[in-house]
Amino acid sequence: MTTMASELTGVLPAILIAGPMLGAAVVMIAGRVAPRWFDDALAMVVALGSLAGGCWLTGITGGGRIVEWIGDWQPRHGQSVGIVLVADRMSAGMVVIIAGLMVAVLTYSWHFLEEVDTTYHALLLCFLASMTGFALAGDLFDAFVWFEMMGVVAYALVGMRVEEPRSVHGALGFGIVNTLGASVSLVGVTFLYARTGELNLAAVGRALRAAPTDRLVTVACVFLMSGVLVKAAAVPFHFWTADAEAVAPTPVCALLSGAMVALGVFAVARWWWVVFAGVVDTASMRHALVVLGAVTAVIGGIMCFSQRHIKRLLAYSTVSHVGVFLIGVGLLNGPALAATGLYVAGHACAKAALFLGSGVLLNRFESVDEHELFGRGRALPGTGLIFAVGGLALAGLPPLGTWLGKTLLEEAASSAGATWVVPIILAASVLTGGAVLRVTARVFLGLGPRPEDAGKSRGEQPEAGPFRMLQIVSLLGPGSVLLAASVALAAVPAVRSGAATAAAAFVDTPAYVAQVLGLGSPGPAAAAAEPVWTGSGVGFGLAAAAAAVVVACLGIWAGSLPVAVRRLFRPARVVITGLHAVHEAHVGEYVGWLMVGVAALGCALVF
Amino acid sequence: MFAVLPYLAAGWIFLIGCYGLATSRNLVHAVVSLAVVQSSTYLLLLAVGWKRDATAPVFGDISPGAPVVDPIVQALTLTDIVVGATVSALLLALTIQVAKRHGTIDPEEIRSLEQDSGDDDGQ
Repeated sequence: MTTMASELTGVLPAILIAGPMLGAAVVMIAGRVAPRWFDDALAMVVALGSLAGGCWLTGITGGGRIVEWIGDWQPRHGQSVGIVLVADRMSAGMVVIIAGLMVAVLTYSWHFLEEVDTTYHALLLCFLASMTGFALAGDLFDAFVWFEMMGVVAYALVGMRVEEPRSVHGALGFGIVNTLGASVSLVGVTFLYARTGELNLAAVGRALRAAPTDRLVTVACVFLMSGVLVKAAAVPFHFWTADAEAVAPTPVCALLSGAMVALGVFAVARWWWVVFAGVVDTASMRHALVVLGAVTAVIGGIMCFSQRHIKRLLAYSTVSHVGVFLIGVGLLNGPALAATGLYVAGHACAKAALFLGSGVLLNRFESVDEHELFGRGRALPGTGLIFAVGGLALAGLPPLGTWLGKTLLEEAASSAGATWVVPIILAASVLTGGAVLRVTARVFLGLGPRPEDAGKSRGEQPEAGPFRMLQIVSLLGPGSVLLAASVALAAVPAVRSGAATAAAAFVDTPAYVAQVLGLGSPGPAAAAAEPVWTGSGVGFGLAAAAAAVVVACLGIWAGSLPVAVRRLFRPARVVITGLHAVHEAHVGEYVGWLMVGVAALGCALVF
Repeated sequence: MFAVLPYLAAGWIFLIGCYGLATSRNLVHAVVSLAVVQSSTYLLLLAVGWKRDATAPVFGDISPGAPVVDPIVQALTLTDIVVGATVSALLLALTIQVAKRHGTIDPEEIRSLEQDSGDDDGQ
């Protein structure tokens, strides 16, 4: 029994990728004759299986790694020609997030997306497989292929409703920008292969550290990182995000915002520690990532607060939070990484719940415009509650998962001597949380003056048929479970210590290389101090939530302030108008900004 | 000089593709420009594996130990071409849908069409 269990854990990473793939194939074949409930049930079984597998993997990896050489092409004396999957606790945690969101999304789609057919379920399962594959890949080219596959499936999912003009256009822009990003990454992969003759992450890292550093490696780092930053939606690579998420079916938005962008940041972290740490200058990388993150957090926050299209607003809030993730990873130390992991998980729960909630609005009122929906949400108290808690989660109210991640991140930043990022993180929380709370107050409570164009329909396509009681359960189920999971992240101490072990193993480059290439025992796992939150962290969290409420009120009642006070906001208005002008562009300009981003990152790292 | 020529060519193709993308006024042209960018990565990969006086890495009729070019990059190029073809097919299919729904494939015009139909993201 024990040997069987250990054999099974040895192949678990491959099963987690092959299972959903196989499920997609079965859905495609059987779905032509089987009824809709069969697609739903099969997809759900596969997603639950992935979730269980991911949880198991998270448990058994501990401070080590599960290394699986596909086809048993084991390395000899540290040399290998095989392809490897590596699961450590951080990547297993990503699998849990991906599969958990998939379960939530499938529960929601069960009743909310009625017109979808077999293809939708097959695409979702392919998306699950490719995201899992990307999280577990231990090989550069393998990662590139998963990256592209994840992209192609996402373009198809975003443009799924081909009868909608905006939907296909959004998908096309998304596709062009992301594919260009993938090509940029591939150039980086090629450079690394040219320099080392290896594609395996551990082998590339080892070879680079054995040889004197040269500029080609730094350039390769710039290209590789730029490519995944496109997927991560970091400024200025982020322009596709709002266009794609404004038009995508809401369950797809939940997956893009909750899981896919986080995988981009995950790849930055993985490639830094395994490949480039000790090769590329750490101080310049730290500056580059933290500054990039700060700019992303602020610009995303401002764009978020100044939207009235709820899905666009949520998309920009994702951009803002990606900035926070990048700051966390960019500090390039274990405690900050552990905090970022918790923050990513908390954010995924909150953001997915919010997107599913906006799906209910779209479904019921055929609109996601904050002004049109003024006061009309009073009929949906459950959805309103999800919006309110989701908004407070984005603001970082204790005891939600985002708060724990944020307070630990702020502490890690202060002890790393980067105190200046604390107000930036706070700004991201307050702006994004404030924006969602403003929507909640206007739509679900009807607070404040009635907007001039309230009640006018703009003709968004509804996603489902008539509204039914069962559909409410179908939303409130996943929404409340997601938010409860967010609370559990903060409340269960094992999660905190687990994140600390995960991060300590993640940043332990020599152990990773030794274990993957089979070069002797990696030694005992690095010990990690359990992160503890402090009373002042709770106070800070409460203050941030209060500030978000104040900002939300400002957003609602700004028009009724005295003229003298309103004059103070004029510079902000100029900034917002300018940013909106930059963002109202077409795909060519997005490509131009992408090149600017690559050049900026290059300047930061090379000089 | 000859040794760096393929790299210069790959860089040139990459940049010209990006230029095409950035200035494109036609979505079919944009998708083809993207294919041009992808072609630069094929050339770059093959250039990395190239060796003077080496032959194709097929050992049916040559003796083991004979100089051959790197087979790995050739496999990567092949995979890359498959991925590129998939992406181009999908994006062109989306372009057809855009043309059907909007009646134009000029990104500038589509943008203004969408703004007229009330998709202002501002206040």
